[in-house]
Amino acid sequence: MRIHWLIGAAALLLTTASGHAKTLVFCSETNPENFGPMLATTSTSDTAAARQIYNKLFEFETGTTTLLPALAESYELSADGRVYTLKLRKGVKFQTTRNFRPTRAFNADDVLFTFERQWKKDHPYYPVNGGNYSHFNALNLGNALESVEKVDDHTVRITIKEALSPFLTNLGMNFLSIHSAEYAAQLLKAGTPEKIDQEPVGTGPYMLVNYQRDVAVRYRANPDYWRPQPKISDLIFAITPDASVRLAKLKANDCQVIALPNPADIDAIRKDPALKVESQEGLSIGYVSFNTEKKPFDDRRVRQALNMAIDKKAVLDAVYLGAGKIATNPIPSIVWSYNTEVKDYPYDPARAKALLAEAGYPNGFETDIWALPVSRPYNPNGRRMAELFQSYWGAVGVKAKIVSYELAEYLRRGRAGEHQTYELGWGGDTGDPDNFLYEVLGCAAVKTGRNNARWCNAGYESLVVKARQTSDKAERTELYKQAQAVFKEEAPWITLAHPIIFVPMRKEVQNYKIDPLGAYVFDGVDMN
Amino acid sequence: MLRFLVGRAVLLVPTFVGLTLLTFVLVRLIPGDPIETMAGERGIDPARHAELLHQYGFDKPLLVQYGIYIGRVLHGDLGLSIVTQKPVLHEFMALFPATVELSVAAVIFAVVLGLTAGIIAAVWRNSIFDHGVMTLSLTGYSMPIFWWGLLLILLFANVVNWAPVSGQVAIQYYVEPVTGFLMIDSLLANDTAAFRSTLAHLVLPMIVLGTQPLAIIARMTRSAMLEVLGEDYIRTARAKGMSPLRVVGLHALRNALIPVVTVIGLQIGVLFTGAMLTETIFSWPGVGKWLVEAIGRRDYPVLQGGVLILGSIVMAVNLAVDLTYGLVNPRIRHAR
Amino acid sequence: MTAHSSVETADAAPHPLRAFWHSFSASNGALAGLGVVCSIALLAVFADVVAPHSPYATDSQAFLRPPFWEEGGSLVYPLGTDAIGRDMLSRLLHGARLSLLIGVVVVAISLAAGVLLGLVCGFLRGAVETVVMRVMDILLTLPSLLLAIVIVAILGPGMMNAILAVTVVVLPHYVRITRAAVIAELSKDYVVASRVNGAGTLRLMFSAVLPNCAAPLIVQASLGISTAILDAAALGFLGLGAQAPLPEWGTMLADSREFVMRAWWVVTLPGLMILATVMAFNLLGDGLRDALDPKLKRQ
Repeated sequence: MRIHWLIGAAALLLTTASGHAKTLVFCSETNPENFGPMLATTSTSDTAAARQIYNKLFEFETGTTTLLPALAESYELSADGRVYTLKLRKGVKFQTTRNFRPTRAFNADDVLFTFERQWKKDHPYYPVNGGNYSHFNALNLGNALESVEKVDDHTVRITIKEALSPFLTNLGMNFLSIHSAEYAAQLLKAGTPEKIDQEPVGTGPYMLVNYQRDVAVRYRANPDYWRPQPKISDLIFAITPDASVRLAKLKANDCQVIALPNPADIDAIRKDPALKVESQEGLSIGYVSFNTEKKPFDDRRVRQALNMAIDKKAVLDAVYLGAGKIATNPIPSIVWSYNTEVKDYPYDPARAKALLAEAGYPNGFETDIWALPVSRPYNPNGRRMAELFQSYWGAVGVKAKIVSYELAEYLRRGRAGEHQTYELGWGGDTGDPDNFLYEVLGCAAVKTGRNNARWCNAGYESLVVKARQTSDKAERTELYKQAQAVFKEEAPWITLAHPIIFVPMRKEVQNYKIDPLGAYVFDGVDMN
Repeated sequence: MLRFLVGRAVLLVPTFVGLTLLTFVLVRLIPGDPIETMAGERGIDPARHAELLHQYGFDKPLLVQYGIYIGRVLHGDLGLSIVTQKPVLHEFMALFPATVELSVAAVIFAVVLGLTAGIIAAVWRNSIFDHGVMTLSLTGYSMPIFWWGLLLILLFANVVNWAPVSGQVAIQYYVEPVTGFLMIDSLLANDTAAFRSTLAHLVLPMIVLGTQPLAIIARMTRSAMLEVLGEDYIRTARAKGMSPLRVVGLHALRNALIPVVTVIGLQIGVLFTGAMLTETIFSWPGVGKWLVEAIGRRDYPVLQGGVLILGSIVMAVNLAVDLTYGLVNPRIRHAR
Repeated sequence: MTAHSSVETADAAPHPLRAFWHSFSASNGALAGLGVVCSIALLAVFADVVAPHSPYATDSQAFLRPPFWEEGGSLVYPLGTDAIGRDMLSRLLHGARLSLLIGVVVVAISLAAGVLLGLVCGFLRGAVETVVMRVMDILLTLPSLLLAIVIVAILGPGMMNAILAVTVVVLPHYVRITRAAVIAELSKDYVVASRVNGAGTLRLMFSAVLPNCAAPLIVQASLGISTAILDAAALGFLGLGAQAPLPEWGTMLADSREFVMRAWWVVTLPGLMILATVMAFNLLGDGLRDALDPKLKRQ
């Protein structure tokens, strides 16, 4: 009996002595799809792999959209704006895992592998695990890139076909997380290339220990990490889909940080002496677009009228449950060049009616409103939003029928322009205004269907195209400000809200910074 | 005897083939293709879309696709999940133990309570207790179980002040999977704290999933007991002065159990249906939740494989019930 | 209704309807079930008159108001409001309409199709029977909700498609019952006699055999309404049933799940309505069975 007790005590001493092992449990909302940043399409997957396990050439400073050097130490841009020469960081080690022991440090081969897997169709890894590189393709990088070359072990030269000022920020995006070419070669040799997205090896702060679907993802700190050692040695994501359960677990100290709280609970959390809430405006927007190719939405007055018919404050309360900021411009205010002078349409049903009459619809008309079938941060409840819109528009005589499909079908039909009015949103990837103003609202996006307002305005287009070819930031800022004014006047969208990201945590948690891109980052976090 | 066994087993073959055909066709008819779903809000360029369709074989004629499918099924290959790129069978096997654990607990709960309530109700027929049992049983039978789960969470949170439970075990416990059954594994690992946590997480889902079978078993037991209690030999035993407890325990119960056992066996389909809802409400990491999610994500192979395996399991259990019943009861064996 | 005529021919008692009512009304449960079903039906029919508000009217000043007896509630919204300020009472009343409609339509379609298939199987036997019954076996093999989900996934979410899905799921029961009854009935003397007398198959089917297997079908149908309501609500709960803004109870429940911890009424009341309606139909079905089928009464 006594001996057992002694052994127990010794074990206890040992664990506390062996380097302050700190465990942090993060209650996450759902399963990651995979651990392959190139394939990931959700911020859950980015949180699980790209932001813990991997690094990129450049990274956004946590909590902002400022681009800082990471695995690349510096770059030079040629005078014509087409050739980027990157100096790579020396002495960065890949993680040593159960199945992989790196023999060399990070070098130019790894950068080449990362690009070529997504780019070259004859690359042995191209088809692995479905091979749908949706971000790489969405940015049309395959066509924009001319070459990615190794100059020496620590120098890479990237050439693009045309000067493109937002290009560098692409290198900070998660899908360009640097993978180990050595690990890839080893897996290929073993005949198990699919493991590259299941048993990841990166250079980041945490290494994957194991993943149990619907239960947990477990990480351990990477002892070879090139930045200062993470303070948290064991990181656990407890997968907890129900928001009220996550809160209960936080209160019970079963987890120390939780994802996506129920916005209605925020006040109560703030009052709890053991808890605190960090918040930050997210880099996204929820909107309803008018199909400007169809009557009556080809008439600007109709679009303006339906803007005025909506009480955005009530939408914010009912749909976003208060967790958002009313949106005026398509870009959130944290993005540079945000135009504060643009005025939003007021809630004014009487003027809306007058405008409709002026446009030739004194008795309103019939239309449809497409309801987003899934919950997204930029639109937590599409159906409820549609119901509200139905009643607001009804008040000015516009009868809207709610239409909805399963997500894939919804998006496909939306891209084809079958709708009249359409709910969707956009989550920015880079914090560059171009990512919103050109990628979603430009004329090229009408062709791909991403511009579901199908709005192609010559004046607007010339502004945003000029801005993306200019490298002077002050000049670009001015162009984007003008573009926002045109956008508001033309009203192809009803801009609804920029969701606010709330991250509730225990008071013991220190230095937590919210990623405006929607992921959760634990490098640098500490606990008292 | 052998002919009976083989005869019954052979009957399953066309049903199985039909099942594969059905799952295959049903799943192909679903609108919206999986490549689009994978691409999400950002979309996918048409050339790449065609490439991926080809890679997954979605562009071949349906009949060819079916032929490939059935050949693979017979080799135990149910394809890869489109979302996770892992083998469907592998994912199923990893999640199935949790469903079994929940279902077994629910069945035990239902059988123990249901038998007891049914017997007592029959013995004291028309008493207040009998009426109570019948009313409760009717309520349980009519219960929308997705609502019942939410109600229990609400009640326990507000009245007993229990935190709402979710999942199978508190997160701080990690039990290395040996058998896959968390309860057994935690005992094997000698981790009593984890075991206790597992039990605590099991209670509410077990009650929710067990409610309908409980109601059915209570009703069945009561009526079977009433029937047996009215038989001549029981009356004789009673007349002979055998104590009521012995009459019930020794004679009546044994004979009343046969139909009840059959009913329990046939409840497995009901259990799986219930598990889909219960697991969704309590975030239980089992196959029910997995399938509900697969439908939302249009994960064809998961849907196909999952439906096929669950259907086969129901078939196998029904066969087993049928066979045991036939073995116990020769009259059935010789009929047909 | 065929129900009554069938009782007449089946029992051949002096006052069959009265005998039926006598036996039916002997059970308090059956009467209670009938009472509840009738009142819900009345409320459903007169929902427009009874409901204080439109089920679709939103009030942006009154999101998630509690029922009148709780603090903050008022008699303007007697049972409170939902997340976008619609009157719960009005939605529940209009929901009764939808649920009854779903139950009745599902039973009507599955009964018609099931009886037809069952009759065909029972009369023709042979290959047709084998094929039909195998298909029914397969449908029965799949867990009912899973089958319904797959069907809705194909057809797309919506009330009509949910109705179709539930119909397919319950169909095999009617086919089996009819077929078994037909086979049993066909071996009876009077059928053999009429056959010898040259009665045609169709006449036999509909005028001799069908009325005699009506009793189990009626019982199954009344119990089937409760199954249909429950299954359709489960589909609604998974977001695959009736779509917003229709006030279907299961959909209402799913829509308000996130408020379970702070607005009990939006979750509790629709469920309570489902439970009450389903229970009433089950009681009614039990009562009908006892009254129509003396053989089963002992149980």
